Amino acid sequence: MINPRILDLSGLFSLGMAILAGNLLSAADPIKLDAALEQVENSRIESVARAVPSAVSVFVPGGGGGGSGVMISPDGYALTNFHVTSPAGSFMRCGMSDGNVYDAVIVGIDPVGDLAMIRLLGRSDFPAAELGDSRAAEAGDWCMVIGNPFLLATNLKPTVTYGILSGVGRYQYPSGTLLEYGDCLQTDASVNPGNSGGPIYDAQGRLLGIVGRCSFEKRGRVNVGVGYAISINQAKNFLGYLRSGRIVDHATLGATVSTEPDGGVVVSNILESSDAYRRGLRYGSEILEIDGRVVQTANDLQNVMATLPNGWRVKMSYRSEGKTTDTLVRLMGVHLEDELLKKMAGALPPPPPRPQAPGEDGEEKDDPKENKKQPPQQRPGGQRPGGQRPGKPAVKIPQQVKDQLVERKGFANYHFNLAEQNSFINELRNQFPADNAPTETEPQDKKNAAKKGWLLKGETDQTPSQPVTIQVSADKMSIQIGQKTVEIDNRSEMYDVITDGTAAGLLPALNAWQRMLRDGPRKFGESYYMGTMPLGGERPLRDVMVGIAGELEVRWLSHPDTGSVEAIEVFADRDEDPAELWLLREGDSKSMPNVLDLRYGVESILKIKLKSWKEVPASDLQWSAEEKNANNGAGSDRQKAADASQKANANDEVKV
Amino acid sequence: MNRLAALTLTMLVAANCSSLRAEAPLGKWVRDAQKRVVKIYGAGGLKGLEAYQSGFLVSPDGHIATAWSYVLDVEPVVLLDDGRRFESKIVGFEPSLELAVLKIEATDTPFFELKQEPTVDWGDPVIAVSNLFNIATGNEPASVMQGTVASITDLNARRGTFKTPYRGKVLILDLIANNPGAAGGAVIDSRGQLAGMLGKELRDSTTGVWLNYAVPANALRTTIGDIIAGRKTTVIDSATATLPRKDSHNPSVLGLVMVPDVLETTPAYIDTVATDSAAARASLRPDDLILLVNGQRVDSQRTLRSLLRTIDRRDDVELTVQRDTQILPVTLQP
Repeated sequence: MINPRILDLSGLFSLGMAILAGNLLSAADPIKLDAALEQVENSRIESVARAVPSAVSVFVPGGGGGGSGVMISPDGYALTNFHVTSPAGSFMRCGMSDGNVYDAVIVGIDPVGDLAMIRLLGRSDFPAAELGDSRAAEAGDWCMVIGNPFLLATNLKPTVTYGILSGVGRYQYPSGTLLEYGDCLQTDASVNPGNSGGPIYDAQGRLLGIVGRCSFEKRGRVNVGVGYAISINQAKNFLGYLRSGRIVDHATLGATVSTEPDGGVVVSNILESSDAYRRGLRYGSEILEIDGRVVQTANDLQNVMATLPNGWRVKMSYRSEGKTTDTLVRLMGVHLEDELLKKMAGALPPPPPRPQAPGEDGEEKDDPKENKKQPPQQRPGGQRPGGQRPGKPAVKIPQQVKDQLVERKGFANYHFNLAEQNSFINELRNQFPADNAPTETEPQDKKNAAKKGWLLKGETDQTPSQPVTIQVSADKMSIQIGQKTVEIDNRSEMYDVITDGTAAGLLPALNAWQRMLRDGPRKFGESYYMGTMPLGGERPLRDVMVGIAGELEVRWLSHPDTGSVEAIEVFADRDEDPAELWLLREGDSKSMPNVLDLRYGVESILKIKLKSWKEVPASDLQWSAEEKNANNGAGSDRQKAADASQKANANDEVKV
Repeated sequence: MNRLAALTLTMLVAANCSSLRAEAPLGKWVRDAQKRVVKIYGAGGLKGLEAYQSGFLVSPDGHIATAWSYVLDVEPVVLLDDGRRFESKIVGFEPSLELAVLKIEATDTPFFELKQEPTVDWGDPVIAVSNLFNIATGNEPASVMQGTVASITDLNARRGTFKTPYRGKVLILDLIANNPGAAGGAVIDSRGQLAGMLGKELRDSTTGVWLNYAVPANALRTTIGDIIAGRKTTVIDSATATLPRKDSHNPSVLGLVMVPDVLETTPAYIDTVATDSAAARASLRPDDLILLVNGQRVDSQRTLRSLLRTIDRRDDVELTVQRDTQILPVTLQP
C-alpha cells in the first residue's frame, strides 16, 4: 500500500510552493521564469518528447511480468534485456506511447551481456531512437530513464525519471558467466524492477544505453540511487550478431592478466591455442591497447573485453622485452559450444508462483519485514515474479509471429538467420564474377554450372613480376606462379595447403566461393549468417556469412553498404591461422578486384595483380598430368608456436 | 524559486556552456569534487558489514575526514582518485560528531576548505560524491549523485529514533545518498564548496525509513582544524613513560572488569563494575565502551592497560565512553 502519509506530505509541499510563490509575486501575475531557466526547462521538455516515442513497454503474455525496451529501427527492431525476454520465450506483447500494443517476436539473444533483440510487428514506420555515443558520456551528464517500472505502463504511457550519470566505464560482476555488465553506465535516475531493458537517454534524447540492473541491498528491490545500463557502444558491437537470430557469446583473449604495482596490464597466463599466442603475446607481455582503446589496468582490459563479441578480430598493441608490436587478434568465445546453452537453461530459474494479482505485487515490497527475505546484493532489476513457468500451458502465439519464428538449436530465432542468408546469396549472385553469368536458379542450369570454371590471370607484385594463372572448377583447382604449379583435387589437399600456409591456400577460398554461388547456403554444408565484425580490425562492421563443409570453415566478409565480398577466410585447423583471401578493389565495388592478397596471420604472402577473371567451360581448363605436388608449394612463411607459457601467481588476476 | 533560478544559472555559467539551449552537464563541478574524495578500506567484510567507506581530503598534506566507524578498527588503506594507494594513520576522532581524521604521507593533495558559515540552505542543489557500494575500484572516480537539501534540522528532535551519538543539525537530502560505503563521502554545493559529510546509514527504528543526511561542514570545521593542527589529537603519546606497576593505575584498582580479552584487539567494553570503586562512583555501567583515556584513542584492551600504566595512581583519569548512542565524558577519581 502507498503510505497515505506520503500523499499528505506532497500535498503540504504543493501548498508550501504556492505560499512561496505568493510571497514573491502578486497573486494576479502569472509566474515568470528567468529566460535562461525557461530555455533549459523547454529544452528538457523537448528532449523528453523526442525520447518517449521510442520507449517500449514489454509484457509477457499471460500476465507474467515484463520489462522495458527501446526501438532502434523503423522496421520494428528493438533492444531489451535477455532477462526480460527469457521468461517470455519467443513471443511478447509490447506497448508504445502511441497507445498501441504490438506483437513482438524474439530475434537474437546475448545471455552474457544481458541483451536481447526483439521485433515488433505490424508497422514499417516505428519511431526509432537516435543512437548516441556512450564513450563520450561523462559522470555528471544529465540523463533520463524511460520505461515501465513496476509495470505501471499498463496505460502505455512510460515513466520518465531524470538524473545524472554517476559514473561511466563501470564494471559489474556477472552471476557466473552470464549477465556481465562491463564498461557500463551508472546513474542516479530512478531505476526500478520493470525498467530493465529500457532506454537511458542523454539530455538531448539520444540513446546512451540499455538499463538493466541496480544495486539492491538491505532496502529491498527498489531504487537506492544506483542503476546500471549496458552502454549503447557495447550494444552497437552486438547489433549484427543479435540480428542473426543466434544465441551469441562474448569474447576472451584466452589469457589472464594482472595489474602491475606501478601500472600496466601484464599477461600472467596464456592459452597456447589462442590467436593472441600466435601473434606473439606471451607470459609477461604488457598489453597497451585493444580495439583502439588504451588499457592501463586489468580492470580496463576486462571492461573492453566485456563489450566484444566472440569471434571478432580486433587491433591489439603489446610490449614484450622492450619491443612494441601492433597486431590483430582473433578473440575466442567465453563458452564452449554447448556450454552457453546449458548455462542459460540453469541461469534463470522460473520465478516463484505468485499468489497476488498483478496490481498488488509492487507494493508488498514496501513492507520492511518482507525486505529481509529478499536476497541481498545486486540482482538484475528486471522481470517481476510470476513469469511463464515451464509447467504452465503455453500462450497461444499469433500467426504473424509464427510466420517470423523458426526454432533451431543454438538460435533464438532461425527465421532471421535465414533472411540474412538469403540476402547474402542474392548479393553474391549479383556481384562479380557471378553477375555477368546467366542466372543459375533453374534446376536444369545447375548441371551446366557444375561444368563451368574460373580462369584467372595476373602477375605477382614482386619485381621482377612472375605471371600467375589460377584455375578453379568444382572438383579441381590449380595455381601456377612462374614455372611452379600446384594442383589439388580433394578436401584433404585443401586442408593441407592451408595448414602448411602455402600460396595455394587461395584455391579453397575461390573453390568455396564458386560452390556457394552454385549450391547456395542451404546445400553448401552447415551455413549460417554470423553477424557483423570488423575487417582487419577496421570498421565499418562487415557482414559475415559462414559455410562449413567437411573440416573447412569458410567465412565471407562483405561490406555492409555495397554487399561486395572483401575477404574470404578459410579455417582448416581451428588452432591455426586461416588462409585469408583479401579482394582489393580500386574502382567500383561490384567490379573485378584489382589485387588478390593472400594472408596468413598478419603476413601477406602473395599479392596478385589481376588482369582477367573469366568464367569458362570446365573443359577449357588445362590440367597437368596426374602428378601431385601440393605440399611443396610456394613455401611456408609461418612459424610454429613453440614455447610454453608460464604460470603466474599474481593477485587480482582477471581472465580476459 | 529565485534561489533555484539563480543556482541553475550559476551552474550554466560555471560550466561555460556554449549553448544555453540545454542544461549544462555538471562535468567540471563533478570532476573537481571527485578528485578530493577517497576510498577507504579497513575492517569488516562480515555479516553485512562492508569493509569500505568514503572520505575526503581536508588539507594539502594528506589529511582525510571520514566517518568514525568499525571500518577504522584497523589502520585503513586509502585510495586516492588517481589510483594511488596509501597506508593511513588515524590522527584524531570525535565520537560525538562520528568524525575521524586520517593522515596519509602525501603532499600537494587537492582538498576541500571548510567554511565557518553554512554554505547551503534548504532547496539548494547539491551533489554527493562517495564510493557507495564500492562501485569504483582502483583509479575509477567515485560515484556522484545529484539532488537538493530538503531541510536542515535537528536529528535528536525525536530522541532515540535514529541510533547515532550525533546531536547537532543535519542536512536532510532528497537523494538516496546514504548507502553502504557512502559514509564519509562529500556533499558539495553549487559553487563546488564542501557543504557536508555523508553520515553512516541511519534507519528510523519505528517506521523503517532510511535517512539520507549529511553532517554540515561548519559543524565539523573546528574539530577537523584542531586535529590537523595537533591540538586535539587522539594519537597515543609514545613519549610518556610507563610507570612501575605499583605507581600506576590499572583497570581492577579503578573497579573495572572488562569483557574477556580474547582477541588481538578486543574492544574495551566494561563487563562489570566493582561496587564502591572509582568506576562505580563515576556511574560507569556494564556495556559501556571506553573510547578515549586522557584524550588518547583506546583501540583495544591492551591499549587501555598500557595507557593506564602511564598515569600516576594519584591522578584523575579522564575517560570518554560510548553508552548506546550517547558519548559521555567521565572522570575517575582514585
